[in-house]
Amino acid sequence: MGFVGKRLLGTIPSLIGVVIVTFLLSHALPGDPAAYFAGPAANAASIAGVRAKLGLDQSLPVQFMHYIVDLAHGNLGNALTTGQPVLTDLIDRLPASLELTFFALVFAVALGIPMGVWAATKPDSLADHICRASVSVAAAFPTFFVGLILVYIFYFLLGLAPEPVGRLNEILYTAPPRVTGAYTIDSLIAGDWNTFRASLAQLVLPAISLGLFALAPIARITRAAMVQSLGSDFTRTARAAGLPRGKILVTYAFRNALLPVANVLGMVFSFLLGSNVLIEQVFGWQGIGAYAVSAVLASDYAAVQGFVLMMAVLYILLNLIVDLLATVIDPRVRFEA
Amino acid sequence: MTAQLSVEDFSLVFRTRHGTVRALEDVSLSVERGEIVGVVGESGSGKSVLAYAVMGLQDAAARVQGGRIRFAGLDMLTASEGALAGVRGRELAMIFQSPRTALNPIRKVGRQIEDILRQHANLPGRDLRDQAIAALARVRIPDPQRRYEAYPFELSGGMCQRVMIAMALACSPFLLIADEPTTGLDVTTQAVIMDLIRDMSREARMSTLLITHDLGLAGEYCDRIAVMHAGHVVEIAPAAELLSRPAHPYTQQLLAATPTPRSTVEGLVSIPGQLPDLRHDLPPCRFSARCARHSPICDEKPLPWTSLTPTHSVRCRVPLWG
Repeated sequence: MGFVGKRLLGTIPSLIGVVIVTFLLSHALPGDPAAYFAGPAANAASIAGVRAKLGLDQSLPVQFMHYIVDLAHGNLGNALTTGQPVLTDLIDRLPASLELTFFALVFAVALGIPMGVWAATKPDSLADHICRASVSVAAAFPTFFVGLILVYIFYFLLGLAPEPVGRLNEILYTAPPRVTGAYTIDSLIAGDWNTFRASLAQLVLPAISLGLFALAPIARITRAAMVQSLGSDFTRTARAAGLPRGKILVTYAFRNALLPVANVLGMVFSFLLGSNVLIEQVFGWQGIGAYAVSAVLASDYAAVQGFVLMMAVLYILLNLIVDLLATVIDPRVRFEA
Repeated sequence: MTAQLSVEDFSLVFRTRHGTVRALEDVSLSVERGEIVGVVGESGSGKSVLAYAVMGLQDAAARVQGGRIRFAGLDMLTASEGALAGVRGRELAMIFQSPRTALNPIRKVGRQIEDILRQHANLPGRDLRDQAIAALARVRIPDPQRRYEAYPFELSGGMCQRVMIAMALACSPFLLIADEPTTGLDVTTQAVIMDLIRDMSREARMSTLLITHDLGLAGEYCDRIAVMHAGHVVEIAPAAELLSRPAHPYTQQLLAATPTPRSTVEGLVSIPGQLPDLRHDLPPCRFSARCARHSPICDEKPLPWTSLTPTHSVRCRVPLWG
């Protein structure tokens, strides 16, 4: 399809921009990496030696070329905190964050879209006001606070949720052999139902804490888009044609409201992926958010750089997916491209 | 002969934040089988409100104050929403102005026709597509197989209106309500669309209620014309008679304001004043403030209908003739 090709080509300028920014970022960070690498017992000569070894004594354009060559070889440098290549670390931890974000989004969509549709069918009714108020309250609390409250109620008081010890209670269960890196999927592939249930149970509270935050934008954009398409001429035509209420609501009104909803979903997903950081800390989740926090605290600039680069690339990919989705939803998008 | 549609003393108000708007008052109108009746008036006269009320699609703020609307033996004002949905699209169809926005922008036009057939026509699934294509062919859309796959944005305004008509006629309705069907279309397309509507109603003995602000257009295509002003029907007559011998001062002024091939721009007369504010207390004749023939007798209640001939009625104390 020509559209996909064009849209893929369109991501190249953004990618170049991202690479330049992450490169400059490492130079804008406070402190001298050479002095940091040389260690506390270094003198001027050894720092200069480290600087030459890292290539930091060369001009910026030359350093940039080295950075590009390294990137082309998939070399993001080594992380100080783990001693491993940054790429390995990121690949290791990304699935955990994606899995959490995905479930959070599923929760938010499963609740937010019906709420938005319901509110839109009865604008300014009690139901509408309740929806608006409840999603606003959910968004008003910081995610980590919601997470702590949920842990307190469902783990400590009620004992319904498992201990918040990360992705799997490794004392009781063993992690499934790695295929995708997402425990729920890998345990299904391995046919291990117990581990699947356990990893799913671990996901519930952090996914809800994270998802509650995404509820407000999803419910409100759904409501706004539905109010508009329910009041549109083509909905009136459908009513004049005596089509059943469900058909008008879904095929006519909701499908036309999907485009703005899909756009917001893309934004919300990347936003959630970024705001994972706090939730991962609260639930001991071994994801990239927790990794980035410890990297920043340790001034581990290769890891930070790698994290930023990966998030930017994910963001670009996500936008690409949303754009492709838009062409499926609305034939006019394809036509205009 | 019983009328296909009869509207009797129908009154409707809108409750708004700024007061109650008396949009329709004592409106009476009937449409016989196979007849094309035009409803003519300037913007805001209540033509479209009447059309939507007949469809049972009035705005949420609308309140029926009295009167009856009977269509094919069904009382449209008391019928359940389910009964109305069964009638709409099958026996009672409507086409709208601005056909492009009136069609679902992201659904193939063929599928939109199928939606109606599936709901009303009781056809086996495999015949739906053929019937939809046949409906497109009936409104003389060239290459209907290909157009079936088209989205509204890929069609011209005139083509979209033909699709609307194909949708409306898909189930051979008894009554078609056409609300400004040619507004926004160019003049040649306008003629094609109107010819199509007329041919369809003649062929199938379908009744048509044509809502328009264009008296010339109504004169050309309608059997009878009802003139509306500020929520009142002020005159009803056979089309030719209404155009040649108007009895209501408003109709006369409306005619003087309608361009014809023989008139010049200088010869066109604008009607003085504007529609009264329907939220306020109004005199029995809502045209009195704009009327040169206004006399004290006009302010006596109630304002009666006067039958000038068996087919020509006017709602005026001092008609131009008779």
